[in-house]
Amino acid sequence: MDTDARKLLLEKMLYARRFEERCFEAYMEREIGGFLHLYVGQEACVFGVMAAARAGEDAVITGYRDHVHGLAVGMDSKLMMAELFGKESGCCHGRGGSMHLFDLQKQFYGGYAIVGAPFALAIGLAKAIQLQKRDQIAICILGDAACNQGTFHESLNMAALWQLPVLFVCENNLYGIGTRIDRSTAVTELIERAKGCGVTGAQADGQDIEAVFEASKVAVEHVRSGQGPYFLELKTYRFRGHSMSDSNVYRDKSEEEQWAGRDPIQILKNRMLESQEITEEEYKSLDKEILDTIENEVVAFARQAPSPDVEDLEKYVLCDTDGDSEQGVNTNG
Amino acid sequence: MAEMMYWQAVQRAHDEELERDANVIILGEDVGLVGGTYKATSGLLDKYGAERVIDTPISENSFTGLGIGAAFMGVRPIIEIMSVNFAWLAMDQIMNNAAKVHYMSGGQLRVPAVFRIPGGTAHQLGAQHSARMEKVFMGVAGLRVVTPSTPKQAYGLLKSAVRSDDPVVIHEHENMYQFKGEVPDEEYLHPLEGSEVVREGTDVTLFGYNLSVHWCLQAADILSEEQRIEAQVVDLYSLSPLDREGIHKAVANTHNAVIVEEAEPVCGVGAEVMAIINEEAFFELDSAPIRVSAANVPMPFARNLELAALPDAKKIVAAVMAQRAAR
Repeated sequence: MDTDARKLLLEKMLYARRFEERCFEAYMEREIGGFLHLYVGQEACVFGVMAAARAGEDAVITGYRDHVHGLAVGMDSKLMMAELFGKESGCCHGRGGSMHLFDLQKQFYGGYAIVGAPFALAIGLAKAIQLQKRDQIAICILGDAACNQGTFHESLNMAALWQLPVLFVCENNLYGIGTRIDRSTAVTELIERAKGCGVTGAQADGQDIEAVFEASKVAVEHVRSGQGPYFLELKTYRFRGHSMSDSNVYRDKSEEEQWAGRDPIQILKNRMLESQEITEEEYKSLDKEILDTIENEVVAFARQAPSPDVEDLEKYVLCDTDGDSEQGVNTNG
Repeated sequence: MAEMMYWQAVQRAHDEELERDANVIILGEDVGLVGGTYKATSGLLDKYGAERVIDTPISENSFTGLGIGAAFMGVRPIIEIMSVNFAWLAMDQIMNNAAKVHYMSGGQLRVPAVFRIPGGTAHQLGAQHSARMEKVFMGVAGLRVVTPSTPKQAYGLLKSAVRSDDPVVIHEHENMYQFKGEVPDEEYLHPLEGSEVVREGTDVTLFGYNLSVHWCLQAADILSEEQRIEAQVVDLYSLSPLDREGIHKAVANTHNAVIVEEAEPVCGVGAEVMAIINEEAFFELDSAPIRVSAANVPMPFARNLELAALPDAKKIVAAVMAQRAAR
């Protein structure tokens, strides 16, 4: 990876980190309501994958920890923050919220709050891609705990059976809410379970973005060249709790400290400092620039954006509001 | 106008819609090689190929989700769930995704999916193959629910459902696939909303849907012959949304209402129609509305118990007479 590519990924990961940290503050200040699941610590996963894929063109679907996936496909962070603030200017006009970000223009098919459900939707996206001969692949990014749902086995079976163009990315952060993987799962190497369904794949270090990128290139090429589905397991760790209401009593302090030493941003930054591709001053100035942008542009936009009009409460429930089926003109991307 | 059987009408609608639009696909258990448990997809695998007429594994939740995900990209899947009792396994995908994604994406994603679901009490199939669940689907915003009572409706509603950008649940009845009826020779699209007066009458309105419309018609004949009571029969082919205006109009006509449903009464079609009568037409009433429902039991196996649990024409006649006596 050349210096420009590394710099870009460092900047993206740092932006995502500061975005999430600012969400935390906004939540504490009650500007963001509901649930909030932060991605801090896992940044190398989605940015590494999307660097190897076509961000904004390949179809991406994920779970409820979805802010950074939105950033990684190129969504406008102002519209995302406005959505988190519950505003009409938000990417879903305030109807979705933190767990349900969507952007059809960027082929981002959403965040879903039912664990494992997107596996099935993802094979549907892949089926449509196959049927309509679209020049894209489907990328389904979920966590380790989702692999204990029936949809994992059902969907991987169908993906393999019909050789669907779908890349399953498993962000294995070792915990399903508060239950560690070895307390919930008999076969903890999840790649083995995928293979059992007939889906080939690989494992990679999810804290090292260059390792993720290299593994993702192979994975994406496999799917794009028509060789069927692929399962990429990334070993990672979330530095914060499952959600904001998490007491975080279920993890050893020593384990947390060990993983804190494997911060994906620090790993890339240190590598670049060592090779003199960046200086500490440059990094600090980049960080300040990002913090300023998030505060002065992103949060400011979300704060001043209007709330949805209560008159529009029932808007979007149905499309054909008069039930005239002849009107059914599909505008889906 | 040709007479055809209900299953033939469904098969014809499938065939025409697959022919018309390359984005239409059918998926479900045994819909391809076998041609469907009720023959509703017979001949289609040969004609359209395995990419569009898809035999799925027995994985209801995920093949339903597959259809929904494909619909996000403009595919128009007709998802057959072999028996409504199996639809419980697909409930997460139908309720959490099909019904809600258009709303929670702020109108960005549409789900033009059709869920064709046979159900109802056939003949001693036991508690896990005899349920009716339309009330469950009616209770969630974001779905359309229709249920055809005739071959013509089965044909026209399926065609309209395929063309709708909304997710549409079609409840068919396992005992109705051999029913015969006239279906227009030319293409026909049935409106997805509304209700239909299928028998004129001035003394009482019998509201039914799907198979219960036929029980209502039998009851109306008996009432006319034996009691000189002329019952109006209204077919509520759209269960969501229910036709509030049509219900009001009918009650304003006869001032007496009986609702017939092939399901347990609690939180059901009857309860909902009664609520609408209460809200829209209370002062038109000459008597308290009555429900004729299935018994509040899991459907039993023994034939005599099964019959006892179901509504029929006799029970409807008895309900009308009881309603008049209490007036």
